[in-house]
Amino acid sequence: MNAVSYNDKVIRQFAVMTLVWGVVGMLVGVIIASQLLFPALNFDLPWLTFSRLRPLHTNAVIFAFGGSAIFATSYYIVQRTCHTRLFSDGLAAFTFWGWQLVIVLAAISLPMGWTTGKEYAELEWPIDLLIAVVWVAYAVVFLGTLAKRKVEHIYVANWFFAAFIITVAVLHIVNSAEIPVTLTKSYSAYAGVVDAMVQWWYGHNAVGFFLTAAFLGMMYYFVPKQAGRPVYSYRLSIVHFWSLISIYMWAGPHHLHYTTLPDWAQTIGMVFSLMLIAPSWGGMINGIMTLSGAWHKLRDDPILKFLIVSLSFYGMSTFEGPMMSIKTVNALSHYTDWTIGHVHSGALGWVAMVTVGSMYMLIPRLWGQTKMWSTRLIDVHFWTTTIGIVLYTVSMWIAGVTQGLMWRATNPDGTLTYSFVEALKATYPYYAIRLVGGLLVFGGMLLMVYNVVKTIGQGRPTTVAIPAPAATHAPQPA
Amino acid sequence: MSPIVSAMIIAIVLLNTAAMVWLLLWMRKRRGEPQTAGDTTGHVWDGDLREYNNPLPRWWLWLFLISVAFALAYLLLYPGLGDRRGTLGWTQVKQWEEMQAAQERSARSILARFDGRDPAALAGDPAAVAIGRNLFANNCAACHGSDGRGATGFPNLTDGDWLWGGDPETIVTTVSQGRVGVMAPWIDVLGEKGVDDAAAYVLSLSGRKAPKGDVAAGQAQFNTYCTACHGPDGRGNTAVGAPNLTDGIWLHGGSAAKVRETIAHGRQNAMPAQEARLGDTRIRLLAAYVISLRGPTRVAALDSR
Repeated sequence: MNAVSYNDKVIRQFAVMTLVWGVVGMLVGVIIASQLLFPALNFDLPWLTFSRLRPLHTNAVIFAFGGSAIFATSYYIVQRTCHTRLFSDGLAAFTFWGWQLVIVLAAISLPMGWTTGKEYAELEWPIDLLIAVVWVAYAVVFLGTLAKRKVEHIYVANWFFAAFIITVAVLHIVNSAEIPVTLTKSYSAYAGVVDAMVQWWYGHNAVGFFLTAAFLGMMYYFVPKQAGRPVYSYRLSIVHFWSLISIYMWAGPHHLHYTTLPDWAQTIGMVFSLMLIAPSWGGMINGIMTLSGAWHKLRDDPILKFLIVSLSFYGMSTFEGPMMSIKTVNALSHYTDWTIGHVHSGALGWVAMVTVGSMYMLIPRLWGQTKMWSTRLIDVHFWTTTIGIVLYTVSMWIAGVTQGLMWRATNPDGTLTYSFVEALKATYPYYAIRLVGGLLVFGGMLLMVYNVVKTIGQGRPTTVAIPAPAATHAPQPA
Repeated sequence: MSPIVSAMIIAIVLLNTAAMVWLLLWMRKRRGEPQTAGDTTGHVWDGDLREYNNPLPRWWLWLFLISVAFALAYLLLYPGLGDRRGTLGWTQVKQWEEMQAAQERSARSILARFDGRDPAALAGDPAAVAIGRNLFANNCAACHGSDGRGATGFPNLTDGDWLWGGDPETIVTTVSQGRVGVMAPWIDVLGEKGVDDAAAYVLSLSGRKAPKGDVAAGQAQFNTYCTACHGPDGRGNTAVGAPNLTDGIWLHGGSAAKVRETIAHGRQNAMPAQEARLGDTRIRLLAAYVISLRGPTRVAALDSR
């Protein structure tokens, strides 16, 4: 009855697809960044317009690349830290094929223009239903594995994964409540400002749980493993876990400052966003301080560099976010490219870098190797990505502040100082710098693919036996 | 908001915040549990995963408490706790109204000297034209283009060709009251061939040849159906906004196919009325700017017409 080996097959599948979707998603990102510079790249084809490719880009990088990475690492971590095989091999395989089907359907339906119009929840109702089914299966596999763990305490990474899985289920189902009209068209169950509020309650918690809690789970395994050091503070993890997941729930209204959303809701969105700084930084501290006493490892381990720099970007963007949620700052930053820069310092700096670092550690192990084919290439990847992200975020800061200032500049005669086109023209050079940054990040992904192909080529899939839990930590006999 | 909903909001917000502070302060203290070797919690996962139990960094603890204190103070001062208004009495609508009023006061002091002035005269005043240019960029450029040269369906304001007339007071009327231009569809009356013929004739008015259609037959159609608006010579009529068909300027596209489409299916076009939004003085400044787009000689020529 007790399985003797881990189920690593589904993890290998998800790991490979993480890379595939990473390349695809970032390629689409590079294409739409080019379209903003050279609108002719639409080729006058409706399915290649920015409006249709942009949701394809966000869905591909968040749910395809990020999602596959989360599935791979959560299945790996929950087995290793529970000393048990996945709850159900069949359901785990279903989550793999189901999730890939969702992605393929997204890649078809979004360029066709079939969309609910809800940001980060654009997919139409039949796909929403499929997502819900796959997600429930994921919850059963993950929580079922936790339930049959062979150790007494649940490792901190699993708290974050569990909270993420449960919350995303609630978010997705509530926000996707819609009335179907045809197979490819539905209308939201909510109207007006309530619809907007539900959407941004979902949207911001997609950031808080999909893009934060899940990747903190990843961080809590791969950072101490790669550093060979204990996690810095157990009690810090308790405080920042509970505060993070409860406070994030309130932050959504900061996406709707100075709209028809009632003042009280806007205020709550702002003050809870400010209270999010400390809980967010708790995770960063716990990750970075895990390295204390082993800082020298950063010199020659590019995987650790990826992980630690990802935490630095995490700390930076979780400071920037609360600042942008302050009404007076938001009055300047809202609707500008500053927001785009902020999102990418989080999504590339934190999410992509922690994923890449984790994958560089995970992939050789899944194919019976101890390390990647080339450590030097990892280092090159690290630098191209870091420089690319810095170019991206800094250019978008400048572009965003420029836009914000130009849009609201007024003359004494009561008119606006600049027309829209003038602000657009001022932004143009920064769009070029952003494209260079994006190309560097994308190029780094291609290096990674090459390195991974070489690594897998010299290894073979291995079956790993489940080790006995440490004696001090096995459940006490009743 | 009902008092029950309001009370619920207040309770959840404060309870969530209080629970965080309680957890923070509770975890701040080292609890009396026995510490194992190396000061880790004693838990081990996956061979070598362990946890220290270091105290919460003090600066971080204070950061958290200060952010909570700020949040609570802000919730007292501003609307946030359910139905409560906040002691500063701030609302976003009030803030907007105050900013608008201040802006309008400043604008009034500048605009007052242009009240009721003749746009043609204002067109020679650089200060008036500068304000008119700003107004144009804010209110008109989206359709007529930043340079006023329009686009398909949106008239070019710089070419001296006026659908509704180009004298200063008519421009003021066009901007303040708006215009609705309608060309009837003729396909049901003329049939496919009749439309081809009419299109051929219309194109011949500006010296062009259509790929198909009989010009002579088209002229007969034109004389029957089109002259009422476009005039016997096809030069249009500004009283009804009927365009001049002889000058090679085409609002809805001048290709043979587009001209044919216009005749067959008609056109509807609208310029929205601006009076309620902008008021008379701003509209006079806008008209002055539009006049200035064609330079001083054009203004003189218009006056003599």
